[in-house]
Amino acid sequence: MNWLTNFVRPTLQSLVRKRETPENLWEKCPGCEKMIFHRDLIANLHVCPHCEHHLRFAAKDRLRSMYDRGEFQLLTVPGVPTDPLKFRDTKRYSDRLKENRTKTGDDDSMLVAAGAMGGMNVVTAIQNFAFLGGSLGMAGGEGMITAAKAAIDRKAPLLAISASGGARMQEGILSLMQMPRTTLALSMVREAGLPYFVLLTDPTTGGVAASFAMLGDVAIAEPGAMIAFTGQRVIENTIKEKLPAGFQTAEYLVEHGMIDLVVHRRDLRDTLIRLFDLLMNRARKAAADGESVAIPQIGYAGANDAEGVKRAAE
Amino acid sequence: MGTETFLEFEKPIAELEGKIKELRHLADNGEVDIGSEVARLQNRTEQMLQETYSNLSPWQKTQVARHLDRPHFSHYVAALIEGFTPLAGDRLFGDDRAIQGGPGRFRGRSVMVIGHEKGIGTDGRIAHNFGMAHPEGYRKAVRLMHMAEHFQLPILTLVDTQGAYPGVGAEQRGQAEAIARAIEALLEVKVPVVCVVVGEGGSGGAVALAVGNRILMLEHSIYSVISPEGCAAILWRSGDKAREAAEALKLTAQDLFKMRVIDRIISEPTGGAQRHPQEMVRRVGAAIEAAFAELDNEGSDYRASRRQKFLEMGRVGLA
Repeated sequence: MNWLTNFVRPTLQSLVRKRETPENLWEKCPGCEKMIFHRDLIANLHVCPHCEHHLRFAAKDRLRSMYDRGEFQLLTVPGVPTDPLKFRDTKRYSDRLKENRTKTGDDDSMLVAAGAMGGMNVVTAIQNFAFLGGSLGMAGGEGMITAAKAAIDRKAPLLAISASGGARMQEGILSLMQMPRTTLALSMVREAGLPYFVLLTDPTTGGVAASFAMLGDVAIAEPGAMIAFTGQRVIENTIKEKLPAGFQTAEYLVEHGMIDLVVHRRDLRDTLIRLFDLLMNRARKAAADGESVAIPQIGYAGANDAEGVKRAAE
Repeated sequence: MGTETFLEFEKPIAELEGKIKELRHLADNGEVDIGSEVARLQNRTEQMLQETYSNLSPWQKTQVARHLDRPHFSHYVAALIEGFTPLAGDRLFGDDRAIQGGPGRFRGRSVMVIGHEKGIGTDGRIAHNFGMAHPEGYRKAVRLMHMAEHFQLPILTLVDTQGAYPGVGAEQRGQAEAIARAIEALLEVKVPVVCVVVGEGGSGGAVALAVGNRILMLEHSIYSVISPEGCAAILWRSGDKAREAAEALKLTAQDLFKMRVIDRIISEPTGGAQRHPQEMVRRVGAAIEAAFAELDNEGSDYRASRRQKFLEMGRVGLA
């Protein structure tokens, strides 16, 4: 016991506790501004019980809410070079990465999961908005490629869940190149006759919207989700006009024919299972006829060798 | 000299050229014989251009890439493509003049040419919306890519845009989806695809036309995930830091070549493409011919090799 543990820590803890207690147990709904008891929020899949506003949902919690019995396996994504541009703005990109890794416990913003939904194998690539705004960089591109490969190997449908501000500026042109790279990955899933669905969550913008997120065989969005190519501030600055009400929300997009469905979080799992089951027709027929679907090759040096890639990066 | 518009960092060059003009004016009036003095100043100008342009900073290159007198899509097509016939419309909503495209003949081979056109002169720039396309433009491009595939025409794209247009109509009609479909179409086609970034390669609006078997860039062109101004506004929270952002983004042709994102740099005449547009067009023509010839020798599965190229991007050869 010393001065640090006896005095500094209790003082700090009391400070933290005073602030955290009300915020932790109660959360204010960004939609209706009413207070929600935290346990109710969890029980309600982070949807406000008062106004049905869909709050942001952490990637792993979301996966648990969708897979049978909340069980899924996280697949390893091959490593990519860290900070290839040695990018520095007001802060070093490598430091930002470290902070976000500590904060989330994940390597990057995209996770790849496999498991059963309604007894059917489904592979999911999901972006975590909490990690650098879900931005798409080289690791995210590699995540989509890993997910596509897993879906093809398992003859399973692929689901992408987007939550992202767009391309990761700190990786420069290499992040822009993830638009063709992710698109390429899902083209191969489609060629294998497997369904590729997208769930667009709040927010889905920029380079993510303009690549894999808008290319689903079926595009589902969460109520109220902001879905856009260009953010509202930029548009307002360009045209010097107020934007129409509800502009760029999921409901607005469905009305303009840009997406298929807006689905409440509580109905999502059932909707996915129903549609995947219906559209797996071709893949199942092929399997029954003993036809081996020509599996597109997704291969390149080190594709399945995470260590090799890390070594190459050093 | 092909340009009257000087960039900020070209001030000393502008002054020299001003002096030359003055001297010439005097000579025309028969007042003095200034032949040797003009030659001396011209040499000095040429030397200065050479020095300045071999040491351009990323921010200076950004300004050169945006120079209004650089050759545009229409210049390249007029000089290089015989019988170019622009085709209009996306068959869904309208025609977007920010993206031009159609079939034509390039040195004996039928090709489909698609590219951004920023427009010439104030009226031209307005008519072409400064090269910032709406979804209709990308959808027209997709239509032409599919036509190229159907009739087995190799695709040539010329990239020159600040970015896709950020407006209400563009969003309503699915700007993001339109761009994504263009990327998808370029990854799908089996014909060879050659892309040239001739000026500004601005973000998603550029990559929509830049997924090729060969990607070439002009020496002082740029290609970036976001404009330096946009990046500065977001990361530095100040538009004044565009210079710093341009450095950090590594958006020059030289940077991209090092990262193996592009295949070749086409050198520009001394003082940039804007000073010698005809010479620039000639060099671009030679580079395109070489790229198609290389692809002729490479074999036939252009879709597979294009996909492989993008799979390897950032994986192979990145220091």
